[in-house]
Amino acid sequence: MTIGIPRALGYHRYGVLWETFFQKLGIPCVVSEPTTSKHLTDGAKRTVDESCLPLKLYMGHVASLMGRCDHILVPRFRRLGRQEEFCVRFWGLYDTVQNTFPKAQLLSYQLLSDRLGHELTGFIRMGSVCGRGTLLSANAYATAVRRQYDTDQKHLIQSQKLLSTQGPKILLAAQSYVAHDPYLGGTVARLLREQGATPLFPDTWDQITCRNRSRELSSDLYWITSREILGAIQEARGQVDGIILLTAFPCGSDCLTNELILRRVRDLPVIQIILDDNDGLTGLQTRIESFLDMIAQRKQAQTV
Amino acid sequence: MSNPLIISFPHMGAYHIPIRAFLGRLFPEAQVISAPPITRETAALGQRHSPDFICEPFKYNMGNFIQALDTGANVLFQTGMGCRYGYYGELQEQILRDLGYDFQFLCLSRDRARPQAVYQTLRKLGSPRSAPQMAHILLVAATGIRAMDKLAGYIRENMGFAASPGHMLAEYDQFLAALKQADTVPQVHTLTRISGKRLRAMRINRPSNPLRVGIVGDLYTVMEPFSNFDIEHKLAARGIAISRKMSVSFLLFGEAERLRLRKTQGYLRHPVGANGLDSVAQSVQYASHGYDGVIHIKSFGCTPELNAIPAMNRISRDLGIPILHMSFDTHSSETGVDTRLEAFVDMMEMRRTQSNANALQLGRGRGLYLHKRRRSGWGWPNYSERLSLDKRRPPGGGTPPDS
Repeated sequence: MTIGIPRALGYHRYGVLWETFFQKLGIPCVVSEPTTSKHLTDGAKRTVDESCLPLKLYMGHVASLMGRCDHILVPRFRRLGRQEEFCVRFWGLYDTVQNTFPKAQLLSYQLLSDRLGHELTGFIRMGSVCGRGTLLSANAYATAVRRQYDTDQKHLIQSQKLLSTQGPKILLAAQSYVAHDPYLGGTVARLLREQGATPLFPDTWDQITCRNRSRELSSDLYWITSREILGAIQEARGQVDGIILLTAFPCGSDCLTNELILRRVRDLPVIQIILDDNDGLTGLQTRIESFLDMIAQRKQAQTV
Repeated sequence: MSNPLIISFPHMGAYHIPIRAFLGRLFPEAQVISAPPITRETAALGQRHSPDFICEPFKYNMGNFIQALDTGANVLFQTGMGCRYGYYGELQEQILRDLGYDFQFLCLSRDRARPQAVYQTLRKLGSPRSAPQMAHILLVAATGIRAMDKLAGYIRENMGFAASPGHMLAEYDQFLAALKQADTVPQVHTLTRISGKRLRAMRINRPSNPLRVGIVGDLYTVMEPFSNFDIEHKLAARGIAISRKMSVSFLLFGEAERLRLRKTQGYLRHPVGANGLDSVAQSVQYASHGYDGVIHIKSFGCTPELNAIPAMNRISRDLGIPILHMSFDTHSSETGVDTRLEAFVDMMEMRRTQSNANALQLGRGRGLYLHKRRRSGWGWPNYSERLSLDKRRPPGGGTPPDS
């Protein structure tokens, strides 16, 4: 039995957890290849045209896994705690995939904080679908959680080091599935590096601190990922030279929070870049170039 | 605040009438105004001050707020629910403050919609009512809304065949005007009975076998006629019986989540946010009751409804019911909507003549009043077998029957 894991959406947050879990259970898993434009064309064919770009990519990844594995892992994220919800897109991800690919065998677990031990129970159930016992699955889950935590910490330390580099540092404020996707955030990060700037992502700072600090900017926000971005902006103040709000078209939560950020963050240069399914890079390049020029001039004016 | 309170709130269909009466009773000393009716100008105003790809209700609410503030309001009410709607409040307040308005903003969303929190908010604003009085006022308002939806459901079902549809609508307006004055629950019931009797007494030339269409979709766009170019009247004008389950009373006293999930007959395993689940469950219901088509109305980019679309496409394929998806934004042109509707209606008529009449004739002749709760002792006949509608799909990865 082989498990397919789409390298999109939740993968950028829980990827290590999933891979370690199945590895510990001795079940081979296939992770789809890093995103290319082929995933986008494949996904766009299978989704409603006004769906958000990350969903189109996700569908492309699922399509690329069809026939290469027995089960595809499509979890459903709903809530991690009070005022810590996931975007509605994640609530319906399982049903969207199941209805788009009626023949696919899906493997799923829920993040639903109303139920005690929701995550552990879900993993045990997934283990039992694969024919593994409760204890074995629980053990594998514990190891996987540990490894995910360690990886996150390692990543945190590494990216904290970037804060002491020379040159302009830019915070790419984006959802993890946009920021760490090579096709979306990766392109922007590459363009920034090419022009001598250091891109930083919201996970440069501790997630829990970020969630708490997001309350300084917004009292009502209840999307967990958006709260982490807002908190990261608060943490980044004084440490970065500018913020790029990177959004995939048409992201439901970002369009509200970005407007709020643009209205409440006044002391730092902020631009909003919206990524859509057009492939052209020139427009993006020009905007980033002019943004960096503006930051350089601002710095010059401050030092003089 | 020393100057008198002038309270306002955003529009949604005709519901501003009971809400205005409700707030008027809670704050007898304050002035309660409905925002000016929605026009093109409201839409343009809202659009100018809203984020780019926000959903349509946000823009209309924004327009309502700005126009209400311009007419002198200084207290604004907003609510919030499951999807993005829960976060409207904070951003709308920020945008209005940036525009330089001075007002109090009361957002009864999510956690703030708990009875205790609402009570505290209202008392802080200076309502002289005690908690039991508030409960009574709320009960009157809720009864009024239920009565409204009941009568509107009858009108929707029969408007297309009335000898004079204008009289029906006039009767409804008269009912709404009288509803403002009703102070107790029995008064509301009396009004409803009288209006219901008058409506039923009107002559209706309903053919034995009319085309029937069910309307599903996101709550605001479905219920605000301006935002969907009054699609129901357009359909009624073509002699179609319209059924719509979504209404404020459905939102308030609707069905439990588990029941709605069961009604999707396996097409959804989990709720997909806001009213996506309802759209799917109701589409299945319309299909199994032999309706000629379903129109799915939503605002552009509505994520819960987008989550529902793959399931609805599959329902359309499996159960053989045409479903028209329509996305509305503040700039959609009316002509495009007309053309699509016309084509859809023509298609339904053609299907009628072509298809096997027996399979589609079920339950025809009278409206099934899906907006009404099912009465005890009067069960739906089991159509599913005759439509060869397969029962529960096996959870997760069941092969569809037609693959």
